Amino acid sequence: MQKFLFQGLLRGALTEPPPRPEDAMLAELGQALERAAREKLGRSLAIREVDAGSCNGCELEIHALSNAFYDLERFGLRFVASPRHADVLLVTGPVTKNMKEALERTYNATPDPKWVVAVGDCAFDGGVFAGSYACVGAVSQVVPVDLHIRGCPPDPVALLKGLIALVDKAG
Amino acid sequence: MLFTPEDPNSTAPAPAASCRPWARETVDDAGWRAAIEEIAGRKADLLSLWSDGAHVFMAIVGRATPKIRLVSLDCPQGRFPSVGVRHPPALRQERTIADLYGLTPEGSPDTRRWLDHGRWGLRHPDGEAAQIETASDAYQFSPAEGAPLHQIPVGPVHAGIIEPGHFRFSCNGEVVVRLEERLGFVHKGVDSLMAGAPLDKAAKLAARVSGDSTVAYSFAFARAVEAAYGVEPPPRAVWLRALMAEIERLANHFGDIGAICNDAAFALMLAQCGLVREKLLRAASACFGHRLMMDRITPGGVAVDLSEEGVTTLRSLLEKIGVMVPRVVALYGDTTSLQDRTVATGVLSAELASQYACGGFIGRASGRRFDARAAIGYAPYDALSFELGESTGGDVDARVWVRFDEVRASVEIIEQILDRLPHGPIQADLSAAPGGAEGAALVEGFRGDIFVWLRLAADGRIERAHLRDPSWFQWPLLEAAIKGNIVADFPLCNKSFNCSYSGHDL
Repeated sequence: MQKFLFQGLLRGALTEPPPRPEDAMLAELGQALERAAREKLGRSLAIREVDAGSCNGCELEIHALSNAFYDLERFGLRFVASPRHADVLLVTGPVTKNMKEALERTYNATPDPKWVVAVGDCAFDGGVFAGSYACVGAVSQVVPVDLHIRGCPPDPVALLKGLIALVDKAG
Repeated sequence: MLFTPEDPNSTAPAPAASCRPWARETVDDAGWRAAIEEIAGRKADLLSLWSDGAHVFMAIVGRATPKIRLVSLDCPQGRFPSVGVRHPPALRQERTIADLYGLTPEGSPDTRRWLDHGRWGLRHPDGEAAQIETASDAYQFSPAEGAPLHQIPVGPVHAGIIEPGHFRFSCNGEVVVRLEERLGFVHKGVDSLMAGAPLDKAAKLAARVSGDSTVAYSFAFARAVEAAYGVEPPPRAVWLRALMAEIERLANHFGDIGAICNDAAFALMLAQCGLVREKLLRAASACFGHRLMMDRITPGGVAVDLSEEGVTTLRSLLEKIGVMVPRVVALYGDTTSLQDRTVATGVLSAELASQYACGGFIGRASGRRFDARAAIGYAPYDALSFELGESTGGDVDARVWVRFDEVRASVEIIEQILDRLPHGPIQADLSAAPGGAEGAALVEGFRGDIFVWLRLAADGRIERAHLRDPSWFQWPLLEAAIKGNIVADFPLCNKSFNCSYSGHDL
């Protein structure tokens, strides 16, 4: 184990410079975030991830945000275990009808001010599952959405861009 | 004896030539019961049980020789003899058939709904659909009684970044007396979306049944379509498919090994394994244009070719992994505080693994040596040499070691593929009308064997498709493995299994 730890000290950081948020995303966020909320939150956001029916592809890439290359926590963003601790809900999937109530209850359990980020094409419009008897479709049909991050699944850089845009506005 | 068709005096019904590569036999009630006795009597393993609304189908594989057999039974009265009453692994699939198609398994000991939670506004969406008032069904969990017992409900929204499902623990103090799973939260109606879908849309759906196995699902789906068409994809495509499948396997094993150790609060392992996983995904993106390689395997071949630079990228990556693997293995093997949590935790008996025909590393860590790559031997694996991992320990530790073995095997396989990758086209022609044929395939994903059956309409659309995740026969075993462990060890047990929710709920 010592070997690993020494190597870690010697080789320097693997973490990469952050991507620049895109203007369109900033514009979308501008409407959603109020100055008062920014003052309350400071430069730190707690994120609760909710899988509302995804194929797990989005979750894999959200997991990747925590690895040493992307190191999400350096931006003041961290994943928390409960909606009670969260400022942001990161929601994936075409919201299955079997998950609709769970998503609503998670949203209601999240204290204000709060933001919802819908991740992935399924969360945007149902993706390949649109029209199924078992799916509601877009996350915005169940809870109000402040930001969409598209992709199937969006890669970690796309996710980072969206989340940094959020924290820039919120901070 | 159904597995001695060579016997000239055999009275088994002549197989209909409708399904490739394994002919499907239409059986009567007696034939159906005979097939049930084959699996209940441990002469064969259940591969899958499904329906198209008018019939029920069963796929079984012989134990003495891994020969696959498909049987189907007409259900004009909307009922069929229960398989689950004689062979419990079939219970959840039977409940699913009842939910989706409205067919009744006669004599089944468990008639509770499974995927249907009462929220679709429909009953039997793939059969004779009936409108209902949407309401949450009260679900009757199996009781566990005794003075000091208490229940812990967990989910569907969990504390981590994982898929949704519900776990009901009955505990005596810290010790889990019983765990009952309730799944179906991510049911997306894939059977229904598949019916009538054109090939390209169906292939996209198949790739999104379970995101971590997207390559394996596309692979299995493509093979089933090609079997129905009677078309062989070009050799280069076949080898590229295996290359992608092994990259996917490696990425998942590294991700999971790291996550298992992290659940025992050993974050160093997660950090190291996370680096390897990320490098694998970046290489996949550089070589095939998508980090998870979604939609890169298509019916007829593959969507993208591997360039010379891609080969170089993969070779240098293999070199790095070759250096990393012994270090990570040593880190795991030498950290006794970590093994204190994994050894003798979540033991799955060989008996149960065998009864449930448990696939993948879970089965192989409990002495069931089945791997579709070796047992069924599809291309190009029949031309490759690799060693399978095996253990009889059955605990979390054994599953970690078997995964290390699989990592080594995958590295060997990728090296062989890069050395011997044939040149040529990467797509076969699928334009000829298939004429209502059926095809089936069994492909080894990272978590076990994935079974696909489908029937094509005359115009080449999918008429019906059935995709079976290995998790169907692994989830029930998690309930057994957790028994007698403490609640705090559940994350370790759960992660060491890493069953798919989406693949199961479909």
